[in-house]
Amino acid sequence: MALISANHISKEYRVGEVTVQALRDVSFEIEPASFVSFVGPSGSGKTTLLNLLGCLDKPTEGVLKVADADVASLDRKASAAFRGRTIGFIFQDFNLLPVLTVYENIEYPLLMVQKVPPGERQRRVTALLDAVGMADQRDKYPDQISGGQKQRVAIARALVTSPKLVLADEPTANLDHDTAYMVLNLMKKMRNELKTTFIFSTHDQKIVGEAETIFTLEDGKLNGAKSKGGNGNG
Amino acid sequence: MGNLFKIAIRNLLRYKRRTLLTASLITVGVVFVLAFVSVAGTFKNMMIGQITDSMIGHLQVHRKGFVASIETLPLNLNLKGGAIGRLEKILNEQPEIEAYSPRVKFGGMFSNFTETSSIRLTAIDPEKEFKTVPLLPGRVKDGGKDLKPGGILIPELLARGMKVKPGDAVVIVATNADGSVNGKQFVVTGVMESATGPGGRDGYIYLDDARELLRMEDKQVSEYAIRLKDFGMLAAFGKKLDGLLAKELNQQGKPIFEAHTWEKLSPFFNIARMIDLMTFFIKLMLIAIVLISIMNVMIMAVYERIREIGTIAAIGTLPGKILSMFVIEGFCMGVAGALIGDLVGIGLVWILNLSKISYNFGMQQGIILQAGVSPADILMISTTVIFVSVIASLQPAFKASRMEPIQALRHI
Repeated sequence: MALISANHISKEYRVGEVTVQALRDVSFEIEPASFVSFVGPSGSGKTTLLNLLGCLDKPTEGVLKVADADVASLDRKASAAFRGRTIGFIFQDFNLLPVLTVYENIEYPLLMVQKVPPGERQRRVTALLDAVGMADQRDKYPDQISGGQKQRVAIARALVTSPKLVLADEPTANLDHDTAYMVLNLMKKMRNELKTTFIFSTHDQKIVGEAETIFTLEDGKLNGAKSKGGNGNG
Repeated sequence: MGNLFKIAIRNLLRYKRRTLLTASLITVGVVFVLAFVSVAGTFKNMMIGQITDSMIGHLQVHRKGFVASIETLPLNLNLKGGAIGRLEKILNEQPEIEAYSPRVKFGGMFSNFTETSSIRLTAIDPEKEFKTVPLLPGRVKDGGKDLKPGGILIPELLARGMKVKPGDAVVIVATNADGSVNGKQFVVTGVMESATGPGGRDGYIYLDDARELLRMEDKQVSEYAIRLKDFGMLAAFGKKLDGLLAKELNQQGKPIFEAHTWEKLSPFFNIARMIDLMTFFIKLMLIAIVLISIMNVMIMAVYERIREIGTIAAIGTLPGKILSMFVIEGFCMGVAGALIGDLVGIGLVWILNLSKISYNFGMQQGIILQAGVSPADILMISTTVIFVSVIASLQPAFKASRMEPIQALRHI
């Protein structure tokens, strides 16, 4: 059964008097444990689509189901709770909380969103710190570590709740070549170990090259899907 | 909850200078309010003490209608025989009463044999009177404090104006209840300063002398001054006494007595109210300082952390928790400001007391300020500051909690 099912979804924005059609009649399905990339030029609708998949926004038309939940039917509180349970986010600018240490940043979703007991929390955070190679930096604050390290912490934070879906918006945009590959390999490793679906919105050819399914967006329309592993279909 | 406090405190420490400035502003406000409340409160209590303990008593009971005509001190509205017995029986049964004193009040003419002037006289039983208004003996400046039959305590104004001193003989002439006039010679026992300032024309004589002067054949009383064991019980006891006295009716079925607290008898109550009003406005200013400074800081905090708010909202933090984070920041700032302000305020009042600042009240000069900070004031001011801090944080916190994650994440 598909983790994500988009059925003729459209999204319109009003900017002043002008209506902008960000997505037009987009349909696709994504299976669990996929490594999927949405590509396309700026303004093609990648970020809008990612926002919809992340339950941060609602489609104007069509039906979008994520992990069996109809995104349009969730109110503010329910969508926040759903995101906390089901989705992990990796941001282009890492978006770590500056007042929390590396350990506390990773622990945050377990503590403030899911209320996981202390022992279990410690076990999961420590395991992920080891997995992303940040165990020795655990007590440092975000301004004391490099960009690559921040992104590794962001990945650990996104994965710590064992979400079904991780959404990553340009996750390697602020990283150098070597660090970008290291982060990418880390995400693949996590996908293999935790069976999490990773969806990227990117221009980066390194990610595009590693993705099993690539959806191309142009002017808000889905212009085709290229599948290496057969998980996606457009 | 502990984690929300941890995050809130770290966010406050993140902007140390701003937090310090805001907390300092609150601290300064609390210090000044605390100092004002304690100094003004001490002055007010001293003033009330002077008025009640040296002149009026805590309450007074009169025959119905006496207070309305009090300027003329009407002898025909004195309490007599049976009414006195009924009233004293009621007063004796009240455990809240420490002492009471019957008085006869009347106006007369004061003569030193060469000059004559008007005088208001209060005839008392010194033993009962000094228990009811214990500061009265302290007002005697010259001569003896003991009032004996045939003696008179005269006001300083008359003593100075008419060059009379203790030991001198004087004559009091007064109109009796039946309209006739009578005179009696007295010896000046002492000269009294006024409780309320220059212009006092009140003198004291012995109760039996008044009866003789006024040719009263039976026992008569103009008023009963009452002193309570606990001044804090005044309002409650006043109500209780009103209830008890309302049951005492004359033959026409109308109430015989009326009771009044000092507040209704002394114009100084208005000064006390003025002090309360000033204190209220000072507290209002503190509230405004706290409200504006906390709200300003919290609005800034929300504006500066829009992306962070977007991030925590995106990863599933519920709106209520985001609201709590910012409200707790305001709460912590309020607590810090109030606590430091309380400590510094107590220190300032202590220094004020050490400085032995003196002031005058009425004819009393060089009263040393002994301001006290009451725990109730500290609690009330601190609670107000913390409550207002939370209220001031609510609007920015609510705004943060209602932020759309997408808009917040786009914020640069």
